[in-house]
Amino acid sequence: MDFAANLFSTGTLSQILVGLSRTTILFIVSSGMSLILGVLRIPNVAHGSLYMIGAFVAWTVIQFLGGGLFAFLAALVVAPLIVAAVGFVLERGFFSYLYEREHLMLLLLTFSFALILGDLVKIVWGPEYRSVTVPAFFQGSAEIFGLPLPWYNLFLLIVGPCIAVFLWLVINKTNLGKIARAAAVDGEMVGAVGINVGWIFAFTFVLGSFLAGLGGALIAPMVNISLGMDHSLIMEAFLIVIIGGLGNMWGALLGSLIFGLTQSLGILVWPQFGIAFPYLAVVAVLVVRPRGLLRSTW
Amino acid sequence: MRRSAGLLLLLLPLAALVALPHVLPRFHTYVAAIVLLTALLATSLNLAIGYTGLYQFGHAVFYGVGAYGTALMLTRSGMPAPVAFLVGPLAAAALSLVMGLICIRLSKLYFGMLQISLGSLVWAVVYRWYSFTGGDDGIHGIPLPDAIASPKGSYYFTLAVTALCVFAMHRIVRSPFGKVIQGIRDNPVRAAAIGVDVRLHQLASLVIAGFFGGVAGSLFVVVENSVFPDMMFWTFSLEVLIMCLLGGMYTYFGPLVGASLIVLLRVFASVHTQYWGLILGTILTLVIIFLPDGVLGLFARRSLTKEDRGA
Repeated sequence: MDFAANLFSTGTLSQILVGLSRTTILFIVSSGMSLILGVLRIPNVAHGSLYMIGAFVAWTVIQFLGGGLFAFLAALVVAPLIVAAVGFVLERGFFSYLYEREHLMLLLLTFSFALILGDLVKIVWGPEYRSVTVPAFFQGSAEIFGLPLPWYNLFLLIVGPCIAVFLWLVINKTNLGKIARAAAVDGEMVGAVGINVGWIFAFTFVLGSFLAGLGGALIAPMVNISLGMDHSLIMEAFLIVIIGGLGNMWGALLGSLIFGLTQSLGILVWPQFGIAFPYLAVVAVLVVRPRGLLRSTW
Repeated sequence: MRRSAGLLLLLLPLAALVALPHVLPRFHTYVAAIVLLTALLATSLNLAIGYTGLYQFGHAVFYGVGAYGTALMLTRSGMPAPVAFLVGPLAAAALSLVMGLICIRLSKLYFGMLQISLGSLVWAVVYRWYSFTGGDDGIHGIPLPDAIASPKGSYYFTLAVTALCVFAMHRIVRSPFGKVIQGIRDNPVRAAAIGVDVRLHQLASLVIAGFFGGVAGSLFVVVENSVFPDMMFWTFSLEVLIMCLLGGMYTYFGPLVGASLIVLLRVFASVHTQYWGLILGTILTLVIIFLPDGVLGLFARRSLTKEDRGA
């Protein structure tokens, strides 16, 4: 332990652990975005709004059930499902007609949805801050290498890899996932062998939205739930997806790690400009590897 | 014949704009000045995105750097005001060159995202550097030369500079250089095959667009007397992009029209409702689905092809 204490100050280590739990949220949200980018080719700016809706719905569910562990777990299930339903409506109602448009148009269209959804959230939930208390079950801290780590952060550190494994299984081991991957490479050909590509796209979009909602519900106890949380997150998610390699799920994981860790360590190194470090990392990655770290599906 | 008609079409609105402050109350003159400089901003963005085909997603950064450059020179240096008004746009052009050198190797979406990332970097520094840029508060009460400090003075200054810049950019677009960048937009491979240095032309176009974006930022200082970091946030970049799209990206005056529409709408909507995003989002959705060529694009498509045949 002395060795570790010499090598890293305790501050560094706990900051790394905080960064890793932040990474979990970033990964869950950006993997959903990456999925949508990879299969549907939509740079979905409204993804951040879906995440925000997830957080607000989680708050409502917890409020409705009166708090406690059960209410929190219920929110973790209900919020992503509701967000997935919103995603389903968006995909079937709008995107399914617009896949042939160029990316610029799709980006602006999703931006317009982000604006609309942002105001709808304002109408439904009002402009005030909301906060969710961490359920009693997760309160307190665990000891890791002699450092206190909140149980909730530990919970996130467990959830993250579980989601990664789950996604890997869905994409690589199920028929649906295999078809979706094929559709990402050549949608027309998949259609030609008699598979309804439209529904594959809808499924992918719904899964991506589900992940956005889950990210929102998971972050709910850690931050003030507020309007504008979509704007700050969406850019991070976009950049993560870009540096990881468009549509590559492991790239999203790698990108999230880079982003989460530079963010938390940057604050330690230079508190004033801590928020600039992740962007610096992104620039460095893209200068060295212009198409992202891992192979993109594009 | 056609030339004189076109000249009349240009001079009439200009005359109306000159007469404006004598007719309208003070607040509306201020709004008109904002419309003008935003129109200049949108037109400069269109140089990069509409004419060169580069996904310039971070244009507001050049606007912001132009504004901050001018504001900082006016407040912190003893230099005369004209120098400050040159430094802002030149700083924007220099930043545009640096960012362009980094981004230009990438194509389309990657280019746009790297630019947003670099822009966010600039934004983050401005947002946090309290001792120099004033941080998230921005800079207020910037001292201006007496001639342009009054509402009317600032309006006429904005009008003159905007008109000059819009004219200059029009000349650039019509010059051989302008034809080359449009050729690059339509088919970069073919342009390279006939010996055009694609990267160099794209870079030049980015620098020009950045410069004029910076000019718009300097004008913002004149009209608003303050600067704040949100003017270079990425959401505003996309909003300017929307202006171009709304007016029509492949027409020269489209972005001007789009910017006017959006700014006016925003001012008058903010009186009645706080749900501006809902309005803008709905308009944008409708435009993308029904009017992908923009408002002017609808009318211009036919006349443009006629003109090209004549040329």
